[in-house]
Amino acid sequence: MLLPLIGLHAVAGVAVLAAARRWGRRGLVVGGAAPALTALWAATQAGAVLDGHAVTERATWVPQLGLGVDVRLDAFSLLMTVLVSGVGTLVFAYAWHYFGSSDKVGRVAGLLTLFAGAMLGVVVADNLLLLYVCWELTSVTSYLLIGIDDAEPQARAAALQALLVTGLGGLAMLGGFVAIGQEAGTYRISELLADPPGGTTTAVALVLVLLGAFAKSAQYPFHGWLPAAMVAPTPISAYLHSAAMVKAGVYLVARLAPAFATSGPWRPLVVGVGLTTMLAGGLRALRPFDLKQLLAFGTVSQLGFMIVLLGLGTPGATAAGCALLLAHGLFKAALFMVVGIVDHDTHTRDVRGLPALGAGWTPLRAVALASAASMAAVPPLAGFVAKEEAYSALLNGSGGERLALVGVVAGSVLTVAYSLRLAAALWRPDLVSEAPAGRATLARGPAPAFVAPAALLAAGSVALGVAPGLWSGLVDGAARALDARSGTHLALWHGPTAALALSVATLVAGAVLFTGRRTVAAVQARLAPARTGADVYDGVVRGVLRLAARVTSVVQPGSLPIYAAVVLTTASLVPTVGMLAGDWWPGWPDLVGRPAHVPLAALLVVAALAATVATRRFAAALLLGVVGYGMAGLFVVQGAPDLALTQFAVETLSVVVFLLVLRRLPDRFEQRAPAAGRLHRLVVSGAVGVFVVLMALAAAGSRTAPAVSREMSARALPDGGGRNVVNVVLVDIRGMDTMGEITVLVAAGIGATALARAGEVPRRRPPLRGARRARQEARRP
Amino acid sequence: MTPRRSLIFDATVRLVFDGALVVSLYLLFSGHNQPGGGFVGGLVAGAAIALRYLAGGLDEVDAVVRVPPWAFLSAGLATAAAAGLVPLLAGDGPLHQATVEADVALLGHVKLATATVFDAGVYLVVVGLVLMILEGLGEASQGGGEPGGGDAP
Repeated sequence: MLLPLIGLHAVAGVAVLAAARRWGRRGLVVGGAAPALTALWAATQAGAVLDGHAVTERATWVPQLGLGVDVRLDAFSLLMTVLVSGVGTLVFAYAWHYFGSSDKVGRVAGLLTLFAGAMLGVVVADNLLLLYVCWELTSVTSYLLIGIDDAEPQARAAALQALLVTGLGGLAMLGGFVAIGQEAGTYRISELLADPPGGTTTAVALVLVLLGAFAKSAQYPFHGWLPAAMVAPTPISAYLHSAAMVKAGVYLVARLAPAFATSGPWRPLVVGVGLTTMLAGGLRALRPFDLKQLLAFGTVSQLGFMIVLLGLGTPGATAAGCALLLAHGLFKAALFMVVGIVDHDTHTRDVRGLPALGAGWTPLRAVALASAASMAAVPPLAGFVAKEEAYSALLNGSGGERLALVGVVAGSVLTVAYSLRLAAALWRPDLVSEAPAGRATLARGPAPAFVAPAALLAAGSVALGVAPGLWSGLVDGAARALDARSGTHLALWHGPTAALALSVATLVAGAVLFTGRRTVAAVQARLAPARTGADVYDGVVRGVLRLAARVTSVVQPGSLPIYAAVVLTTASLVPTVGMLAGDWWPGWPDLVGRPAHVPLAALLVVAALAATVATRRFAAALLLGVVGYGMAGLFVVQGAPDLALTQFAVETLSVVVFLLVLRRLPDRFEQRAPAAGRLHRLVVSGAVGVFVVLMALAAAGSRTAPAVSREMSARALPDGGGRNVVNVVLVDIRGMDTMGEITVLVAAGIGATALARAGEVPRRRPPLRGARRARQEARRP
Repeated sequence: MTPRRSLIFDATVRLVFDGALVVSLYLLFSGHNQPGGGFVGGLVAGAAIALRYLAGGLDEVDAVVRVPPWAFLSAGLATAAAAGLVPLLAGDGPLHQATVEADVALLGHVKLATATVFDAGVYLVVVGLVLMILEGLGEASQGGGEPGGGDAP
């Protein structure tokens, strides 16, 4: 059922896109059905999958490349599917109210469906290459989604940034995948994890893979795209940046960590980058007044946290990471939705400009409070349960994990502080910014149906916190699917443990940090780095563009003589060097085969020489034509009527084409080049001439195997059904080549015509189709 | 602009034109067993059209060839591709050959290979290419070699 469900996403997505205009927001229902069905189906499979019976399906695709569509739903994939499809369904429901009757809604619905399908593919793929394909599909669809307001330059830039950063990371990752796959002899993820390869190649490959995962999951220093992508409409942000897109990198790290954590630089790299991200993201989240921006940096920080936990690869941390994945999906999606509703109904999401929220807003504020509390790990909420798991796992670990614990606690303190900031922004905005006097009160709250998806998610945060038994089995199964040694039993109350003490200390420290926010802000303002991530990205992009411009100006100077000289010199020197290195001299051939050769050769030589000294262009063209006809004559003498016929026809047409072109050029060649330039040209021409002769001799004399033409001649009639061997070769034996050649002809025809008209002022001459029509109309009486 | 056209050249070209087309078709169909083929046939037809161009410019070409050049190009490519793909439906390799022999009234014994269809595609592409070049580089009406008459009507 898994493959058909992925297919359903694709079909529904394309259908919704195709009917975007006609269906409008009803497309959300059609598209949303795909993740909804997937979530339902996943629920029915949960029992068996959690018992360790993974669902596997396969369809062969390119067997030669080891590329099969192998999908596997084990318990960890199930957890991810619940997140991707479950939250996805709610996002579709949320989008219904958010977009209203906007004309963008159809496209959003279709792209979201495709995106959800691609993301589903990522989390169930059991083949590295398939995972890569789905991974890049999420990049492409997210590019389109982030840039959905394509009239906004800011949206386009953000979309491009996301695509460039995650796409480049993806390329590095592909390199890593191929190296790992070759090293292990398989691209099946399940086989690979069961018997992981080691060695230097694998270590390098893992670094590449991690680059891809870090870029996707917005880890420092690749994080810039995620806050920039906040220009997208909120349903898109809520989905891409809480449940789906950014979780892909976390997913991949989690998958690989148990098998590869001890090899090479994995652990220091993952923990270092993850902690840096968690702390730096948390610090940045303390500053913005734009609520969505705050959430974006909070997401960056939380992603760092998840990367640390799931990347450590120790049983305890893995289990805690699984819990955090789910808890984060719940509260972050809910918070994004809340901010989106505020933005939608008050037309701002800047705390400083927010109107006072009246009684109608209480349900929404409650949702925000519960979710923010879950984010800050306040008991008894899901976030608290997950954080307790993390603390106790790291406390029980070895030296490295203790070190990570210090960073995680510091990051969590920041998390508490920015969660408080967010909650305060909706409940007591005066705490966050000086309220402008007399801000209006907006009594009318958002529609209940608009709040419902977020409320459902918040209820989930509460329920999972109060009754950890609800998700203990899922998290336990997911952790064991990742690492057989792992496993956990979630509980709200573990007794008076060190972890609990740490949790309380974290909450207190976070509250203190929030209380002293003015001092913190002042310190931050002083210490703020002069260059932010966005500046670095801009600088890199500008640098690449400048480099490209410089390279282009060197290799494409626009001078025809230079192009010709480079091409001809290369073409004649390189093969000659290769030829001279071997045993190539076949001896002089029989120079005069038949008497008729002599006058023809004389004609050729004279005409060719005359062409070089002709002063009028037209004369030179005609002399070239004479050379061509002379060649045709040689073909006749050699008994190749087909070649001769073709050569005659080609020469005739060439003269006509020359006529067409020459009409636009001066009658005579312009002033001859200076002596030095002339010498230079002479040398190049001489080199080409010598090369062609030597090459022809060497090629004719280097045959070691019987000519294939014999077999072609023998098989022309019985197999090709024709007596003209040349024609049979063209249309049958090498028919594919001919197919390619006529395709080139078509392209060349279009290109030549476009080129011929490129410099023309459109006013003087209408475009191709228009020119025809104009002529036809002019003829009409 | 009033084209200066040579009556004798004009008349001669018209006389030659139809004959050249027949020759080109002959080359196309006879190509499988005798010298010729789609490429040469197309070139001959192209040369014939080029003659018309020399006589009367693009107006003359338009009068003779009603369809635009890109129609030739696409039709040719489609024909050749179809000839290559249809055998796949029959379970053979791409571009697989089949010959049909029949006795037809007037023509006598006729043997047609599917390769001829492919060759016809080549023929059309070549003709299209020549038309395309004329379209791109040519002038609306070609007077006796006078340059610079390139303004669109």
